[in-house]
Amino acid sequence: MATRIGMEVSLAIAEAAKLANVDVVAAYPITPQTHIVEHLAQLVADGELDAAYTPVESEHSAMSACLGAAAVGARAFTATAGQGLELMHEVLYVASAMRLPVVMAVANRALSAPISIWGDHSDVMAVRDTGWIQIFVENGQQAVDNVLCAFRIAEDHRVLLPVMVHLDGFHLTHVIEPVYMPEQSEVDKFLPPYQYPLPLDPDKPLTMGGFGPPYIYTETKKAQEVALTAAKEVVLECWHEFGGVFGRHYSPVEGYHSEDAKVLLLTMGSFSETAMDAIDKMRGEGKDVGLIKLRLWRPFPFKELRQAVKKAEVLIVLDRAISFGGPGGPVCSEIRSALYHEDKKPKAISIVGGLGGRDITVAGFESIVSRGIEISQTGSEQEFEMFGVRE
Amino acid sequence: MAEIEGELAWKDLEIGAIIAEPGNTVQYKTGDWKSQRPVFDKSKCNKKCTLCYIFCPEGCIERKADGYFEADLSYCKGCGICATECHRKAITMVEEEE
Repeated sequence: MATRIGMEVSLAIAEAAKLANVDVVAAYPITPQTHIVEHLAQLVADGELDAAYTPVESEHSAMSACLGAAAVGARAFTATAGQGLELMHEVLYVASAMRLPVVMAVANRALSAPISIWGDHSDVMAVRDTGWIQIFVENGQQAVDNVLCAFRIAEDHRVLLPVMVHLDGFHLTHVIEPVYMPEQSEVDKFLPPYQYPLPLDPDKPLTMGGFGPPYIYTETKKAQEVALTAAKEVVLECWHEFGGVFGRHYSPVEGYHSEDAKVLLLTMGSFSETAMDAIDKMRGEGKDVGLIKLRLWRPFPFKELRQAVKKAEVLIVLDRAISFGGPGGPVCSEIRSALYHEDKKPKAISIVGGLGGRDITVAGFESIVSRGIEISQTGSEQEFEMFGVRE
Repeated sequence: MAEIEGELAWKDLEIGAIIAEPGNTVQYKTGDWKSQRPVFDKSKCNKKCTLCYIFCPEGCIERKADGYFEADLSYCKGCGICATECHRKAITMVEEEE
């Protein structure tokens, strides 16, 4: 039986990687992710985790080393944030295209300039199209659970794709939360050993990441796209089985009092917890409002999202990132696109807020909902509005 | 990826487009995009100097059984270095379309 302990979420993620019995950790420290890999370094140094810990000279190298490890059949883990994620950007594409199931925790952080070490989703949105499976978590427990699920999903032979587990920098990484840490025996049963079907092996030589001239490149991209889209079924299957074993259930799109609500708010990550409090308060005042939490960002859960919002009249999407000069929030623009051909759909209102570590309180979410409803009735001169910005 | 030219559908690819057959690069002809090709005039060549053979950056000029040199046009990129280096002006670069 798992014990419930109080633990900093970063440390809990490192402990989850230890439970997953990772073989290789290659990492470079960056706030607010540092505690994750620092704790893994400690575990390896103390002999509690039998893994190769490679302190590399940059995030670009961290991801490259993880690819090499995964290619020979080692279970590889790393973590990064913000600028670090940007520095490994090109290698992220290589990981997914070469179908190497690396798992990475991303402590979501704003991007410079000005320098901000604090949280938002600018880093995530910049790597949206890298071909990784991407999962958002709201709290420490979800982070632990989804790091374990990430390995199982990534390494499934029907998938073989890398997975990012997104958790908000500081809001999650640096808080101590109550977490049920699964027993090693439970994890061993849930997560079979990693076996890459075609590993690098001197006795059976092969080429990975070869040359892709115009006559074959398109086919490789089609194969990759099909693989990522099809991975959703395995994600669902994994979460279903995880729920059966550990009693905690996850879905690509999760609702909170959303079933018949006319007005829906949509959030991702830790802000969903405050948003739930705000929903409770507003419903207590008789307001017909609910919350949608988008957990699976890639592959995008089109079917589940359409189903979840089809009865609503207004859908207010909070983005913690801007697409400069574009449609505003990247999440809202994808949702608008997903709903475009639906006969019956809510008006999707794009609100950008919570940038660079700025909090949105319960009162803040109440204001966002009020303003969203107002925009849905009167329209707005802008494609999107920024919440809480001083004029 | 055993077949090289234009045959493979996306479903035929190994996972991650891995090439599981070592050494199949030899099947890949790299010289199909050249705009000029070298034409060797045997009457001007002395069969001995080997300068074209030595200077070819692609290593695609070889000595034939009769002792004269020829470029393997499957790999020649048409750079013209052989023609420039040949002291006897035995090599002429000709437009591919001619």
